[in-house]
Amino acid sequence: MPFVLKVAFRYLTANKGQTSLLITGVAVGVFVFVFMSSLIGGLAVFLVTRTVGDISHVTIEAPSREAEAIPVGGDRELLLVTQPSSTTRELLRTADAFLPVIEASPDVKAVSPQVVGNGFVVRGQVRAAVSVTGVDPDKVSAIADLGKRLVKGSTALSSSTILIGKALADDLGVTVGQVVRLQSDRGIDRPFLVGGLFEIGLEALDSRAAFVNLSAARTLFGVEQGLSRIEVKLNDLYQADAVAKRLAAETGLKATPWTASNAQLLDGLRAQASSGNLIKSFALITIVIGVASALSLSTYRRRPEIGIMRAMGATRRFVTMVFIVQGALIGVFGGLIGTALGFAALSPFPLPEVAGPGAFPVDVRLGAYDLAFVLTAVAATLASILPSLSAARVAPASVLTQ
Amino acid sequence: MTDTPLMEVKDLVKTFEDGGVETRVLKGVNLTLRPGELCALVGPSGSGKSTLLTILGTLARATSGSYTMLGEDLMTAKDAALTEFRNAHIGFVFQFHNLLPDFTALENVMFPAALRDGRETGAARDRARELLVRVGLEERVDYRATQLSGGQKQRVAIARALMNRPELVLADEPTGSLDKESAQQVLELIAEISAAEQTSYLISTHDDKVAAVCPRQIRVSNGLIVED
Repeated sequence: MPFVLKVAFRYLTANKGQTSLLITGVAVGVFVFVFMSSLIGGLAVFLVTRTVGDISHVTIEAPSREAEAIPVGGDRELLLVTQPSSTTRELLRTADAFLPVIEASPDVKAVSPQVVGNGFVVRGQVRAAVSVTGVDPDKVSAIADLGKRLVKGSTALSSSTILIGKALADDLGVTVGQVVRLQSDRGIDRPFLVGGLFEIGLEALDSRAAFVNLSAARTLFGVEQGLSRIEVKLNDLYQADAVAKRLAAETGLKATPWTASNAQLLDGLRAQASSGNLIKSFALITIVIGVASALSLSTYRRRPEIGIMRAMGATRRFVTMVFIVQGALIGVFGGLIGTALGFAALSPFPLPEVAGPGAFPVDVRLGAYDLAFVLTAVAATLASILPSLSAARVAPASVLTQ
Repeated sequence: MTDTPLMEVKDLVKTFEDGGVETRVLKGVNLTLRPGELCALVGPSGSGKSTLLTILGTLARATSGSYTMLGEDLMTAKDAALTEFRNAHIGFVFQFHNLLPDFTALENVMFPAALRDGRETGAARDRARELLVRVGLEERVDYRATQLSGGQKQRVAIARALMNRPELVLADEPTGSLDKESAQQVLELIAEISAAEQTSYLISTHDDKVAAVCPRQIRVSNGLIVED
């Protein structure tokens, strides 16, 4: 063992009580760091899962037609301005050609081709405006996991069944097995049997959404060919921006990531992360101050011994290293204990994705253990530099006056 | 004993300044020491003995004059070179032992060698054990410094001073903190080892009994050597 390491280790073990307290202090700081990382990360996962988990991560639609300049000769140009039609929908007419390309992408978890429109669900005298989504019967749960959120009935969609939210069903006074009428904004009206009731927890879906078979939607909205949109769910929803950009480039269609319509959520998450970073910084500063003050005290207490060592031929560098190594050892042990305690304390909590209502939203996977350990070891080492330089300045002659 | 001097100081002056007041502690000391000499540096308190010992031990620098040892000019050497020189060629025995309290007797003795080698080698361990046997502490090898009596501590300090086989051992009142019996044992030990190892000793003392053990006595008074 290098002699400098032995001397540093001996000084640490010589006063076990003080060293234990110091390492405990560092470990508590590391625990706070790990806990805050886990809490901030867990909250983000919890919020994003709850908010974005049941919506499309990337939505592919037909590109809106841009105004085109029509040259009329000379220096003048005439602009042809197109106004979106209120009676015709932009359709993905060649969607069938793109579906295999999108499905084959490694980032894509599920794809749901849809025909959508607006309408009213009518039961007796009660009418409720709904957004109607026609989906493939075998892809009912591809985007919003309706199967998991079903409170009654089944998700099997025949050409004459409809799935509605429980809140909507309560408003209409209907339940599974009863018949409602669905009037599309194209004036087509047909009866549907309520096949299932879902409860997702999002007002927009639970009170104002209805799911029908894709072929039934084609009839309701007069769409014989093509699709209204393709909803895409990704393996990693944080890749939505990049995937949307790539899909738009590959297909020439308009691909919108979920982040485009959730800017406020992202701002909130960023602010939350900044607050967490501030608290973690304070934890690190506490570690630095703790280690620096403890080593300064130790340096002062050991001045006579430093004088003896210098008289025996210890170089300034050796003395400096004895105290820097002590700081590093405190950081390493405190870091290891703190991260281990953090992991042990966070492990019993369920992951945010599966946590029930009211659960503490910490995520044991997001404890930033390696970062906490490395930053602590580096901070404790840096904190020891000033005390160690002060120790190295002790004159060897001081030994004769002791 | 050869006639080639081990070390030589000429016109050594040391002044201290405190609050604008300059105090001249050494006023032009000339001294030559030969290998294997056992010398006493005697004089009353405040005569400059300890200051001279500090400068000869390279623990502090003189204000002016010259100091050479083993052919090295120690007045102009840099701090790192002096530290290395001190480790290799000079041993110290202090009045209050000055052992490292958190280390055992064996580790204290090995310390100068471990500083030199960067680690505790087997050869250093053997040499330290042999020295502790020589000073009669074979039973106390693994005792912490705090577990030893005053006389035992001073014997460990003597063993430590000899660890790197220095040419010169400087002792500052080595029996000053010991009882009569322990002091006698320590003096006999120094005389015995000096004869056996051909190491030069310069022992600072104001005790005539200690000085009487040394064949050469150098008297210091008011910052000058007045009798040699």
